[in-house]
Amino acid sequence: MKILVCLKQVPAKDAPLKLNQAATWIREDVSFETNEPDAFALEAALRLKEAHGGEVVALTLGPARAAQVLREALAKGADRAIHLDAGEAAAGAPPLDAFAIAEAVSRAIAGESYDLILTGLQSDDAGYGQTGVILAELLGAPHATIIMQVEPAGERRIKVKRELESGNFQFVEMPTPAVLTIQSGINKLRYATLMGIKQAKNKPLARMTLEEIGASAGLNRQLVHRLFVPSKSKGTTLISGSAKEQAAALVAHLRNDAHVI
Amino acid sequence: MQAELNPRAGLHADIRAAVRELCGTFGGAYWQEVEAAGGYPEAFVAALTGAGWLTALIPEAYGGGGLTLEEASVILEEINRSGANSGACHAQMYTMGTLLRHGTEAQKQRWLPPLARGELRLQSFAVTEPTAGTDTTRIRTVAQREGDRYLISGQKVWTSRLPHTDLLLLLARTTPLEAVRKRGEGLSVFLLELPPAAEREAAGMSARPIRNMVNHETSEVFFERFAVPAENLIGTEGQGLRCILDGMNAERILIAAECIGDGFWFLERARRYACERVVFERPIGQNQGVQFPIARAYANLLAADLMRYDAAARFDAGQSAGAAANTAKLLAADASWECANVCLQTHGGFGFAAEYDIERKFRETRLYQVAPISTNLILAYLAEHVLGLPRSY
Ligand SMILES: Cc1cc2nc3c(=O)[nH]c(=O)nc-3n(C[C@H](O)[C@H](O)[C@H](O)COP(=O)(O)OP(=O)(O)OC[C@H]3O[C@@H](n4cnc5c(N)ncnc54)[C@H](O)[C@@H]3O)c2cc1C
Repeated sequence: MKILVCLKQVPAKDAPLKLNQAATWIREDVSFETNEPDAFALEAALRLKEAHGGEVVALTLGPARAAQVLREALAKGADRAIHLDAGEAAAGAPPLDAFAIAEAVSRAIAGESYDLILTGLQSDDAGYGQTGVILAELLGAPHATIIMQVEPAGERRIKVKRELESGNFQFVEMPTPAVLTIQSGINKLRYATLMGIKQAKNKPLARMTLEEIGASAGLNRQLVHRLFVPSKSKGTTLISGSAKEQAAALVAHLRNDAHVI
Repeated sequence: MQAELNPRAGLHADIRAAVRELCGTFGGAYWQEVEAAGGYPEAFVAALTGAGWLTALIPEAYGGGGLTLEEASVILEEINRSGANSGACHAQMYTMGTLLRHGTEAQKQRWLPPLARGELRLQSFAVTEPTAGTDTTRIRTVAQREGDRYLISGQKVWTSRLPHTDLLLLLARTTPLEAVRKRGEGLSVFLLELPPAAEREAAGMSARPIRNMVNHETSEVFFERFAVPAENLIGTEGQGLRCILDGMNAERILIAAECIGDGFWFLERARRYACERVVFERPIGQNQGVQFPIARAYANLLAADLMRYDAAARFDAGQSAGAAANTAKLLAADASWECANVCLQTHGGFGFAAEYDIERKFRETRLYQVAPISTNLILAYLAEHVLGLPRSY
């Protein structure tokens, strides 16, 4: 199976959230890491390759720093990588939205025939959950989302397990090529080994600029006017009355305000 | 504000990222559990071993990682930076240097490949003795030749990680002090293949754990005519001290890197807490009395780190690195201790709570003022060997 895994570099989970001056995106001066569901997508791809043979290609779209997620993917076992270099965004320039990213990816891989394209379920920064789905549409391929398991099911077919609400699952058989968006936590991630890192240095890492494939933020279908960091608010409410009244008031609070019961 | 405190975070970024990712799966809760149980971080050490990090300095020809010392030092730095403790396993990195530099080809072929594959562990090093202290030439453990073997008798103390090693590097006297021309002669290094725990007593070896301030699983060890095949002698008989001293520069640089990792960990915690903790209706970090000590500790840490890279570069270039390595260890240990202290102070009472991990790291980094070499002895080295002052000991 020839598998493409799309990985995005996002601000690290514990990075302090600070907005750029135009308040249109997160500032660059934070630490970055591989988007969590994407790491599970890579792991799923590597396991498929180990079990059934094939090739795993890692792809990212982002500035120079984003190549780090590709080097990590190569160190973990991807065979080659493609960096869609977005260059350094001008201050205040809007990031590419899910449509523009999907469009750029579809152009970059035109001419290559993948059996499977895996993306994460959603990105930990923008959280659109759309890139994989739009990519499938642009490629004219079927897709399935929130995937927990993938296995081959005969010639050019796969069987996947989807997570639904309230602990339910759905099993779907579908033809390939297909696009799957992968859920976090579905397998145990491997570590990059020292040998893997050394071998990665000799694996191909192709770089294409967005201009080369004719992509830019101009393709965006969505305009972000302004972002807001949620303001933390603390308040103390004193509940008075008899024990019975207090208990009733507390339950009402937990149910209606805190939404925890 | 700078997200990444370490200006050299881009150097060996791949190694850093991989080690951080691995260490990230062993969070503070893991270390607290290990501490509370008085246990050994076996899963952590196994993961590091499996990923090849602990055998990074074994040449590729023997199946190791073949990294430079600078690269290897980054591994330990990142382990400590992540909040973990390299002390659980760092010796694996530098002890094998003695075997590598002074072992015969047959010895290297015998031990290095299984070490590289993670099938064997060489992570204990028995030099220190209760009565000799830092004056290594006065150790009393003896190795007596008897046919094709040596019989070891004596007592070692502070032998760390003993329950978690297969091989033990040991320094013993093979010629009595009175019979040698120079004090440093007549000592020899042996690689002991430890029998299974149940058979040790019968073989003439017993050990007693030492309860202490940090979790290094350290023991006192007693030998009574413990037999070692003569082929396990490393290097030339009588020249063992030189074999050990030879490895010291690498050890100093690696320890310096651990201190640097600790320092960044402490400062990251300190600056975050100082920004978040509000007392008298302002973040405590707004007070210069709180922020200046943090800033100063940071400056000292960066300076020490430069010295560490300088020492590593000299070492890797095959230049004499003694002065630089000792200076790096001295400054880095001082800097990490300063960072630890300022971090604890910044956290006030919460710094003492085990769940913040600060008190544990505080104890762990304090060790580097004393072991593997105490600060005074480094100063004595610089005074005598670099500045040409009269030998003080
Ligand atoms: C947790 C832990 C783990 C350890 N692990 C190991 C291990 O795995 N293997 C091993 O072999 N050893 C190990 N050690 C021992 C360590 O290397 C020694 O403790 C250290 O070298 C100091 O020796 P000492 O304790 O005998 O101190 P001493 O030599 O008794 O020195 C005590 C103090 O006096 C100072 N001093 C001594 N002589 C002079 C002088 N001439 N001038 C100025 N000051 C002087 C020293 O600097 C020190 O501060 C470990 C120690 C600890 C605490």
